[in-house]
Amino acid sequence: MTSIITRRRFNFGAGAAAAAAPLLGRSALAQSPLGVGFIYVGPIGDYGWSWTHDQGRKALDAHFGSKIKTSFIENVAEGPDAARALRQLAQANNQLIFATSFGFMNPTVQVAKQFPKLKFEHATGYQRADNLATYNARFYEGRAVIGTIAGHMSKSGKAGYIASFPIPEVVMGINAFTLAARKVNPNFTTKVIWASTWYDPAKEADAAKALIDQGCDVISQHTDSPAALQAAEQRGVFAFGQASDMRSFAPKAQLSAIVDDWSGYYVKRVQEAIDGSWKTGDVWGGIKDGFVKLAPYNDAVTPAARAAADAVKEGIVSGKLHPFTGELKDQKGTLRLKAGETAPDEMLAKMDWYVDGVQA
Amino acid sequence: MSDAILVSIIMTLVASSTPILLAALGELVVEKSGVLNLGVEGMMLCGAVAGFAVAFSTGSIALGLVASVLAGIATAMVFAVLTLSLTANQVATGLALTIFGIGTSSLIGAGFVGKTIERLGPVFPAALSEHPWLRALFGHDIVVYLSLALVLGVSWFLSRTRPGLILRAVGENDASAHAIGYPVIAIRYAAVAFGGALAGLGGAYFSLALTPMWADRLTAGRGWIALALVVFSAWKPGRLLLGAYLFGAVMTFELQAKAAGISWIAPEVLAMAPYLATIAVLTMMSLGRKTGRLDAPACLGKPFSAP
Amino acid sequence: MLEWRRRREPSTAMLYLSPLIAIALTMLMGTIVFTAMGYDGLTAVYDFFLLPLLEPQRWPDLGVKAAPLVMIALGLAIGFRANVWNIGAEGQYIMGAIAGTGVALATYEMSGWWILPAMALAGILGGMAWAAIPALLRTRLQVSEILTSLMLTYVAIQALYYLVRGPWKDPDGFNFPQTRMFTPDQTLPIVIPESLVHLGIPAALLIALVTWLVLEKTTAGFAVKVVGLAPAAARHGGFSAERTTWITMLIGGGLAGLAGIFEAAGPFGQLTPQFPVGYGFTAIIVAFLGRLHPLGIVFGGIVLAATYVGGEIAQTTVRLPQAATGMFQALLLFFLLATNVLITYRIGLKAKPAKVAP
Repeated sequence: MTSIITRRRFNFGAGAAAAAAPLLGRSALAQSPLGVGFIYVGPIGDYGWSWTHDQGRKALDAHFGSKIKTSFIENVAEGPDAARALRQLAQANNQLIFATSFGFMNPTVQVAKQFPKLKFEHATGYQRADNLATYNARFYEGRAVIGTIAGHMSKSGKAGYIASFPIPEVVMGINAFTLAARKVNPNFTTKVIWASTWYDPAKEADAAKALIDQGCDVISQHTDSPAALQAAEQRGVFAFGQASDMRSFAPKAQLSAIVDDWSGYYVKRVQEAIDGSWKTGDVWGGIKDGFVKLAPYNDAVTPAARAAADAVKEGIVSGKLHPFTGELKDQKGTLRLKAGETAPDEMLAKMDWYVDGVQA
Repeated sequence: MSDAILVSIIMTLVASSTPILLAALGELVVEKSGVLNLGVEGMMLCGAVAGFAVAFSTGSIALGLVASVLAGIATAMVFAVLTLSLTANQVATGLALTIFGIGTSSLIGAGFVGKTIERLGPVFPAALSEHPWLRALFGHDIVVYLSLALVLGVSWFLSRTRPGLILRAVGENDASAHAIGYPVIAIRYAAVAFGGALAGLGGAYFSLALTPMWADRLTAGRGWIALALVVFSAWKPGRLLLGAYLFGAVMTFELQAKAAGISWIAPEVLAMAPYLATIAVLTMMSLGRKTGRLDAPACLGKPFSAP
Repeated sequence: MLEWRRRREPSTAMLYLSPLIAIALTMLMGTIVFTAMGYDGLTAVYDFFLLPLLEPQRWPDLGVKAAPLVMIALGLAIGFRANVWNIGAEGQYIMGAIAGTGVALATYEMSGWWILPAMALAGILGGMAWAAIPALLRTRLQVSEILTSLMLTYVAIQALYYLVRGPWKDPDGFNFPQTRMFTPDQTLPIVIPESLVHLGIPAALLIALVTWLVLEKTTAGFAVKVVGLAPAAARHGGFSAERTTWITMLIGGGLAGLAGIFEAAGPFGQLTPQFPVGYGFTAIIVAFLGRLHPLGIVFGGIVLAATYVGGEIAQTTVRLPQAATGMFQALLLFFLLATNVLITYRIGLKAKPAKVAP
């Protein structure tokens, strides 16, 4: 019983300290660890999107040790529940809070307004405020690299792509993949199955099988589970991992994987919060910034494919190559980019058209 | 369409229908005894995680399958004690059981996320399934054949055996069954346990055969489809088999059509289909009867306590 | 040996005591389980269960979470009392939100005080229409409403998906599947300034009060009870089971629909695919926690809301995984459902079997 009472007092005390902390400056902060909170849309056991963000949180713990105290709320429904979870984190002495799903946008904006002294970060959104920054990863850069590998490795020239919903994020991934593959093989096509879900392992596996039945010999995906890779492994075709290195699920099939790595960004932003130099902004980091990584190539990847993929990767890192470079027309023949022009971020963020070769 | 593709589609269809068939067959027996257990999804998840955990730890898929059956029974027993011994409301308890199953499976499975095992393989030697059409017959794993045998077994049990007759009597009129001297509660316990066993096995089919891994909510709502299927089948095992394979066929052909570039129907409309079909079947069944009497067990969902 | 003995009359004391016994048992069991799992069990249970109820700043959160649950559960309880098993309130809740949102989208460029009431009315009608299908099938064709109302829930969910991904998608929303945000005229007013407390919360309390008065003090309420307890007697008394089915289904559907549009026009402010969070199913549990009594349901709604809010607190304070909160919720429900038996039974010593004379 005593522990409960002291704990409660501590809680209230800590809350008051948190409110006063900005006035006292850095010396006061140095004594108590910085609270860093996260809300996740899925369970951390989803081995997909939320899992990768939690890996980022664990990296924070490892990097800062007792200088910070991280906490998280998982499986938060997008809507009013998210606002409540964010408030809970805000009231529980967290000074920097990451909301890690697009659907948390409106609740995050609302709660950030309510707690002007705290710092918020929203992944993949587009609404910002003085205390609300946004961040996202240029996954399409990774898609361009695996598209290049697919162009080299596919014998049939047909890739299968298991996609969730036709939002810009997914559409730009399909386009980047297909454009890169068609640079290698101009007749390359990408068959898309809309799974209408982010997560349904059995359905993802069945979709992969259907694509393989239709002659696709490389499978890529924009859904969460490793089920499609397992299906590819079973049927003896190639595939790419999604969000994390999924080699253990498909040692032969996985050629490479796009690995989401949020840890670098999280460490940087937390350090800024500790130093007092945190500012709002919009960061869209790619391969160069370490947001997007590629899992080691499988031994099956031919030297030519390897060299081409590395060239694309280096081109993107050096800034010489942009996956969306004109002249670029969409399937209906509309000119989207003039010769030599590269796609501005605004265009990518609203992309709702497909390039030639995509069968969606 | 070549034979090889057609056979491959059949293999996918059978595989994706099997776990739903198993869970629904178990629930059919439960409902025949007059009990409505809405917690199928929860029991499936407990079976899935137990099966994977044991198979991963021991390296034996057979032990994993056994564990999933036991886990399904254990979960079902929570329901049985509450609803049969303590006469709690079945609908509310079933829903609570689903919440319980999702939470418990996630807790147990936390240490197994990201791990994988060798999947459950075909039961017959590969030589038998070299030819595509032979593969459609002999290329499946043991659980597929077991599920078909169970359909036959349950059908025979319910229509041809004395215990089956008693079980149906308990579901139709528990008071009379009790008056004649049958142990109503004990029979229902057995039925609920059987339902749990098959739901657990159906869940393990995901974690051991379809997608050999564990991730939270691996069964992604198949338990609810199994519940719909029982009604769709009008509580007849043969029709249940038909319904499960029909469901699998529609889902598989949808994906095939999409892969072939044919977008023939909005995915939402297709997802509604099994439920609308179930309502339609219910309606037609009662229209086709003069008395308006349905095949639903008369005591379905009603608590029984010995007077 | 101990055995259950049926009471001559249901125990009024146990009616009120049994939920408290259940809560005590849950807290005890929770402490044991969480400690066994390696957490600070006592703190976990305290944060989980008592903190949300004890800290006044959490109460608005509880109210927001409890209001739709209470509203739906009230409608369901009326049906359950009459042996009408509408378990598809989730679908009626969604249909109410869809119908109300239809009005909101149609009046997007208009303004006026009448818009919100029109949306609420559409919500009620939408929920009623969805409940009318199982009512019709049950009264005309004797099809079990348990099954049809459950099936229709999944149809409603898919209808929602279709609308927000297709025709109702926000044209300025970057192709994300969600409708426009509602305008101020389409948004539920906040009744306590600078708080989360929206009109739906007092509305839920008011409906609970009205339901209680109707059930306890009017002939209609009596009819519901009689039809549920003794259908044959009800027929003699001139109460039609058919009419009771219709009325209770429509009330249940209407209240679920109202809760749906209130949730859409209040906390959500738009329709999204994430709109259905299972309130319709959770409300069934709330109805039973409240022992089908309107005021009990208010209590039940608050208790269940507390476990959601407390679950989040326990995740941040003792790092209890979210799955554990699900398990804790289920434990609470199991104990509450189990202790129901104490109302009609008591535990007694088994009488020795009378010896048969040799």
